[in-house]
Amino acid sequence: MGVFGLWGTMKQVKLKIGILGSGNIGTDLLVKVQRSPLLECTVFVGRSLTSSGMAKAQALGVRVSSDSISFFEKNADTVDLVFDATSAKDHKLHAPIFKRLGIRAVDLTPAKLGLMCVPSVNLSECLNETNVNMVTCGGQASIPIAHAIGKTHKDVDYIEVVSSIASRSAGPATRQNLDEYIATTEEGLRYFSGAKRTKAILNLNPAQPCIDMQATVFAKVADGTVPDIDKLKPILTEIVSRVRQYVPGYEVILGPIVENGRIVVMVRVKGLGDYLPAYAGNLDIINCAAVAMAEEYAKQRLELKTYSLEGRS
Amino acid sequence: MKQNSILISDPSLRDGNHAIGHQLSKEQIAAYCRAADAAKVPIVEVGHGNGVGASSLQLGEAKTSDFVALTTARENLKTSKLGIHLIPGFATVEKDLRPALEIGVDVVRVAAHCTEADLCERHIDFARSKGANVWGVLMMSHMVTSIDLLEQARKMESYGAQGFVFMDSAGHYLPDDVSERVKVLTEGLTIPIGFHAHNNLGMAIANSIAAVKEGATLLDGCARGFGAGAGNAQIEVLVAVLERLGYSTGIDLYKLLDASDLAERELMKEIPTIKSTSIVSGLAGVFSGFMKPVDRISKQFGVDPRDVFFELGRRKIIAGQEDIILEVAKELSGQPRV
Repeated sequence: MGVFGLWGTMKQVKLKIGILGSGNIGTDLLVKVQRSPLLECTVFVGRSLTSSGMAKAQALGVRVSSDSISFFEKNADTVDLVFDATSAKDHKLHAPIFKRLGIRAVDLTPAKLGLMCVPSVNLSECLNETNVNMVTCGGQASIPIAHAIGKTHKDVDYIEVVSSIASRSAGPATRQNLDEYIATTEEGLRYFSGAKRTKAILNLNPAQPCIDMQATVFAKVADGTVPDIDKLKPILTEIVSRVRQYVPGYEVILGPIVENGRIVVMVRVKGLGDYLPAYAGNLDIINCAAVAMAEEYAKQRLELKTYSLEGRS
Repeated sequence: MKQNSILISDPSLRDGNHAIGHQLSKEQIAAYCRAADAAKVPIVEVGHGNGVGASSLQLGEAKTSDFVALTTARENLKTSKLGIHLIPGFATVEKDLRPALEIGVDVVRVAAHCTEADLCERHIDFARSKGANVWGVLMMSHMVTSIDLLEQARKMESYGAQGFVFMDSAGHYLPDDVSERVKVLTEGLTIPIGFHAHNNLGMAIANSIAAVKEGATLLDGCARGFGAGAGNAQIEVLVAVLERLGYSTGIDLYKLLDASDLAERELMKEIPTIKSTSIVSGLAGVFSGFMKPVDRISKQFGVDPRDVFFELGRRKIIAGQEDIILEVAKELSGQPRV
């Protein structure tokens, strides 16, 4: 097969992505998808054509629709995978529809219906799922660390994550979903670290210039055991480098240290500055994780297709 | 404008928890509730220093769970109403608010940083739907202008808040600052307005009186000022001064003095006083509750707590961001980050 033939195949097998939800998350995803060599946004769907997200999509020459979920019901063959960036309540209505239509769903709301996906921890496990949940922004930032703590300490009693984000980076849906954010982040922390108890806290700071997203992970090991920082360090470094492959602005700024009996690790997340400015690392990290998930799935399909093409020739 | 009746809420058993690392016991809660109830204190607020659901490594773990603290208070308050402080982002409806209401909390004060009122909509709405008396609270209010504060307070009112309290969480205000804010708030709101003072610059009583003179009708005060940092407005002084000025509170002063003597004896390790770091925290406009962790962490990293406070103020760190103290102390110490 010549170079042009391969190019043709590549184009043909780019994964067709639909984006549902035209707010900050959806629009930022659009920019990231359009940059991906493996993904192509075939439609950008919301409830109104007048939002700034819609304007952005039209400017990029992407097909738009204001028909919400019914667009997909009428045009199921337009997409292979949908990013749902609406709200937890809406995703609960959308999920069975996508399932019926045979469309894979990557859920960016805290609805937590599907398997929770944190690419640096369980990417391969997610590839065969029809619905995956991207947990929360705070979850994407903290779970790799919580997982490393859980892997290196047999008995983790408690993990707590405090995230601080710039007020400007939290839109109305994020604010309305604050309780769901907390519940989903806590469940993700439990699932990926094995800690007995977890707690998530979110602070919105209005300071100007806007603060970068930060997350602090505190952990307490069971009574009678001691934190093992030497054992934790290399595992943490390794998982952080894996996160940085899809979130380049992810950086440990403190720790791991032990202070007042607690293990402390603090990370800062600078965004890529795609749709919102770089301070909105919270938005960036969940979207980068979702794109990493979709790209891995695209690669898997590409391999399958290439294999079947070769098989036929 | 002037109202002759002032409604007093006493958060000794909530804000006071900041002063002792959130270590109030069941017995202490019971004893003070009985004393405050005997003095006819209208509202007694109980819980972790940062409210229900806030016990954490970030802010300090409470010795007594919310459930035990609130059931104990409920059993020991006959005429006084039982109040809670609740910050969305720490507490949620399902984990914290619903159980608190089931225990029989009467007054729910839903609080947010002064620019983030819209985080409170669902919590206010839920508490109202269960029949509670619900107030909106904005913390660290010195960080915004009176116009911005009014805009946020109006959101609280639109969500269903039946009262609005602004807090001088850093003890930063002088009386004129308070007067100006209350004036703007009384013109723009239809619900009662209240003020919660901290004493970092020695202004807690003067600021509370300034608020009342402009039409505020709700005030917070704690026994011996038992609260974060330099403490709050001292309730027994506040009630005495209000009486001299001709305002009524419905509180029995003699029994209130007994309650505050009991508080001094039974609740606190030391009476709150304006320490050097409290003055710096007030000047820097940093949350009073940071005093204990700043002192502890500064010691560990060998840095001057005053420098830490000013750096936190420069970064506009808000209540709840206690983790940043570590980052700042480490940075000031010149140690490498990782």
